[in-house]
Amino acid sequence: MSKFKKKKGGDLPAISTASLPDIVFMLLFFFMVATVMRQNTLMIENKLPAADQVEKLDKKDLVMYIYAGKPSQRYESQYGTESRIQLNDKFADVSEIAAFIAAERASKREELVPFLTTALKVDSKANMGLVSDIKQELRKVNALKINYTTRKGDALSGLKN
Amino acid sequence: MAKRSAPEVNAGSMADIAFLLLIFFLVTTTIETDSGLSRKLPPLDENQEQDVIIKEKNIFQLQVNKNNDLLLKTGGEEKVIEIKDLRKAAVDFLDNGGGTGSDACKNCQGKRNPKSSDNFDKAIVSLQNDRATKYDVYIAVQNEILAAYNQIRNREFVKAYPNLNMNFVEADQKYSDPRTSSSEKESLKEKLEAIKILVPQKFSEAEPKKSN
Repeated sequence: MSKFKKKKGGDLPAISTASLPDIVFMLLFFFMVATVMRQNTLMIENKLPAADQVEKLDKKDLVMYIYAGKPSQRYESQYGTESRIQLNDKFADVSEIAAFIAAERASKREELVPFLTTALKVDSKANMGLVSDIKQELRKVNALKINYTTRKGDALSGLKN
Repeated sequence: MAKRSAPEVNAGSMADIAFLLLIFFLVTTTIETDSGLSRKLPPLDENQEQDVIIKEKNIFQLQVNKNNDLLLKTGGEEKVIEIKDLRKAAVDFLDNGGGTGSDACKNCQGKRNPKSSDNFDKAIVSLQNDRATKYDVYIAVQNEILAAYNQIRNREFVKAYPNLNMNFVEADQKYSDPRTSSSEKESLKEKLEAIKILVPQKFSEAEPKKSN
């Protein structure tokens, strides 16, 4: 006969999850702003060496990337374990660098061509023979501005092995 | 009549959708590590074969062999050095100031050893590596040489422009920062160029040796 219904005892009220999407969206926007789309799928191991006297490489549209390193595990059977060069999603030979640079230059506006930089993303385990070959090729096509892309860190720490 | 509140819309799946998007972005994007050591390659010029005469004491010759050991030849001496000692050795060499007369170096603060370099402008760092040298050792050596140059340039920059409250590297970063105003850039550029002329980076790389 009571006018006021007694609260049902026992089961807890459901916790509101309404703010969960907001939090996730916040994360999402952070990632959308702070990152860029991956350009190339790496088919090689690419652990960059560390250095601390680095310069930032701004203006991504003026950078051409050359990757080099040991083929990653799923390509090992096909391409062996020797360090190789990767240009635009596929393995390449040293002699193909000239054509690659020419293609990159053709895709840019003409007045920007002198400012193009070649970023060498070379695995720290690679040897200098390959890097020297790349540098020699770049000299032949007059792409003289290069950048050895590195991680930020102490250059000497990784050497003791 | 009792007021009926509107039924709550179930937003439980909204989080799932947002998570889906988030994971998509996590997978397809990278936070780029776009920083590194910038270098300029020498142009390939076949008919440039005249010999330049350089005094032996002005060359800081480094060789890295296939076992990643570092050999330093300077002032008629040869010794094997560790990479961790390279920066100090390079600074000592560049900052030596052993020149006399027209080669005298008024900004150098080194020991003025007559067997080491004359002045900043004369000092040359040369590096030769083996084809089997590991890339990370090469980068470490490059990094240390650059660090030595930066150390001296920082010192000279602070000495020349004490009221700017920054050193050469910071000024250079500020110069390449797109947020810096163009008038400030102009004045920074002038100062940076002056230091670059005072302490030029003379760094040469020889063709790598074939290892056998």
